[in-house]
Amino acid sequence: VSPSAYEARAMAEALFTPDEQKKFDQDLAEILTHYPPERKSAAMLPALRLVQTMKGWIPPDGLSLVAQRLETTRERAYEVATFYVMFHTKKPGKYTIDVCTNLSCSLRGAESMLRYLEQKLGIPAGEFNEHVYLRETECLASCGTAPCLQVNEDHHESLTRQKLDALLETLK
Amino acid sequence: VTPFENLITRNWGKPGSHTLDGYRKNGGYKALERALQMQPQEIIDAVKKSNLRGRGGAGFPTGLKWSFVPKDSPKPKYVAVNGDESEPGTFKDRYILEYDPHMMLEGIAIACYALGAHAAYVYLRGEFKHPAAVTDAAIGEAYAAGILGKKLMGKDFPLDVYLVRGAGAYICGEETALLESLEGKKGWPRLKPPFPAVVGLFGAPTVVNNVETLASVPHIFEMGPERYAALGPEKSGGTRLVCLSGTVNRPGVYEIPMSVTARELIYSEQYGQGMPEGRTVKAVIPGGSSAPVMTAEELDVPLEFEALKNIQNMAGSGGVIVMDDSTCLVRCLWRVARFYAEESCGQCTPCREGTPWQTRILRKIEEGRGEPGDIEILLNVVQSIAPFPPIGLGNTICALGDAAALPTHSFVTKFRGEFEEHIRLGRCPHGDRPWGHFGTGGFE
Repeated sequence: VSPSAYEARAMAEALFTPDEQKKFDQDLAEILTHYPPERKSAAMLPALRLVQTMKGWIPPDGLSLVAQRLETTRERAYEVATFYVMFHTKKPGKYTIDVCTNLSCSLRGAESMLRYLEQKLGIPAGEFNEHVYLRETECLASCGTAPCLQVNEDHHESLTRQKLDALLETLK
Repeated sequence: VTPFENLITRNWGKPGSHTLDGYRKNGGYKALERALQMQPQEIIDAVKKSNLRGRGGAGFPTGLKWSFVPKDSPKPKYVAVNGDESEPGTFKDRYILEYDPHMMLEGIAIACYALGAHAAYVYLRGEFKHPAAVTDAAIGEAYAAGILGKKLMGKDFPLDVYLVRGAGAYICGEETALLESLEGKKGWPRLKPPFPAVVGLFGAPTVVNNVETLASVPHIFEMGPERYAALGPEKSGGTRLVCLSGTVNRPGVYEIPMSVTARELIYSEQYGQGMPEGRTVKAVIPGGSSAPVMTAEELDVPLEFEALKNIQNMAGSGGVIVMDDSTCLVRCLWRVARFYAEESCGQCTPCREGTPWQTRILRKIEEGRGEPGDIEILLNVVQSIAPFPPIGLGNTICALGDAAALPTHSFVTKFRGEFEEHIRLGRCPHGDRPWGHFGTGGFE
């Protein structure tokens, strides 16, 4: 699939169906009970996470939905969505691989592991294709079990070449 | 001297330690029962007397922080739990949340009762998917058992505890940025004063405490504040967790009495079990990457707030990172500098511009393009972010600026020869093996 076709398809899939909106509203209603009634926009992070869980990313339609339901502006939703690295405002590959290369991990081979991943996946760190989004990330609070990485937020630690190869096998 | 016993880690590894049953089997929630017999002010006084200090990084006395909350405010009060654990080299709160979340919840309940707060928000970094799931289940158990909810363990005191996940931003570990994030905004730190104890979450008085700090609170009421204080030196009570990582035989989280030195932590059989065969310590960061680096000659200092302060260092978040003699320290500092450049929130000019600038200079030196004068420019840049000495009085709203400047200042001051050698040789003396002993991790 060409990049432009990929994007076009992503945008088409990104629109919320009535059923999806209903599901979103149900889950959001529960979250809103955690906040004072006059502070709806405090639920911004959980609401954006909800969109990302449903869609795999936060499409423009999702920003509008969140802003509308939290009675705030779309700009405010966009500002938050782009501030935090775990929110995707572009549709990433099926698997987002976050590799910690901070000090403790690099002392235990993280940079070599990243090069190894680039080679095996055939993609440089920081880029994505339909299958995978490979990125360097900052400390994942797992320094005693370095090197480590996360695949779609699932944590993997004390990695060796063998363990990593086995993990990559599961990402089909 | 009281013989040492594990407090915070005592249930780790026991079956079901993360469940309510497991926690209760080991005496859990007895401290809350005891605290609920006391007057709120008595609780705050006991925490003061215990000499408990914040375990998130700054080491501020917890009881004193609690006492800043105004008693007569008509506004609701809040407790915000800082579980944003993102300081490089720090991984202790992860284990508390995974192995013993009820210990933290008991601490939260005691804090809320003492402060008159009817809601607490547990803010966990977004990457803590599994720790968040375990903690969420523990909160559910506590509601079902009548510990939380309309009544606090049967007492006429409603208490709700909510779990909130961040979404990837180191800055949200700064307490006012955490509050901004809890309010659904990007994590831009607030100018202080006013401090959160007076104007915090939703404009109301708020206490922000670290996960380990709150997990320490039940022990004060279990053993009594005097005994808790006696576990540590004069100004810091209790035990603390340290996180050992880098080039050392047995990395991990260890609960230590605060008399344990960096050398003991690295070499003791009980803890790090020494260096790999043939390797020696070159440098150690004692309190997360924001703390100044120590040389191998400085290792005999106890890993305790005052002792480290006395050598112009800091206990910080307890992240102890060991670098051995085969490691390139320019490379290490470059990586640390990159972290601060990535995580600077962009609000204050000295930090937003200074952190990438120092990163570029360090990269230039490490890649063999360094020129005479670069070290002076580097020191000048960090001097503009946070003038030193002293520690902690930077030109920025929050301490991230200081945190970015302190490693650079200390690495360059204490290991200047390595930086000069790079410039003189026009290359890294470690060639393509800058990360030293374990540096390839078997991936090459």
